[in-house]
Amino acid sequence: MVEAEDLEERIRQGVGDVSHIVVNDLTGTKDHWEALIVSEAFSGKSPIEQHQMVYAALGELMAGPVHALALKTYSPESWAKQEG
Amino acid sequence: MEDTVQERIQGIIDSNDVVLFMKGTKHFPQCGFSATVVEVLRRSGSEFQDVNVLEDPAIRQGIKEFANWPTIPQLYVRGKFVGGCDIIREMYEKGELDAVLSAKEG
Repeated sequence: MVEAEDLEERIRQGVGDVSHIVVNDLTGTKDHWEALIVSEAFSGKSPIEQHQMVYAALGELMAGPVHALALKTYSPESWAKQEG
Repeated sequence: MEDTVQERIQGIIDSNDVVLFMKGTKHFPQCGFSATVVEVLRRSGSEFQDVNVLEDPAIRQGIKEFANWPTIPQLYVRGKFVGGCDIIREMYEKGELDAVLSAKEG
């Protein structure tokens, strides 16, 4: 099990330039998560690369404590479009 | 040993145009994320080969290293890793998936 704050901190540190992040526990069991992340570091990266950056930031957590992680990743520009 | 698994995975991907590594089968998915991708592929009318990683622990672990991608499902089209559940669903919603699936080799 991990805490939402741990995931958020790991993603902030590992991905960098995070301007907006929301981490939700989907099941209340602290192993099925969803995360929405907006970062300048995602600019110019493909969705696959963006998700790989998040997985890399979480490292060993993905190999056990995190059973499922739904990801939404945005660069600041694509996030502005999404919001608009 | 590890090379053998990677070679097996490469062989599966090479011999099928559209391959989904998933938990369960296309007729009986055993994970919500895998089920979502199966449903999206069905709606796209795409034929695809399913590989049940629950029946093969070596592939289950090996596929994560293969694409440097720690989660399952994983979709491959003509040898190229397309994405996991979130990316596939997003491509489908944006209408981008059909182009990837239907583009013929060449």
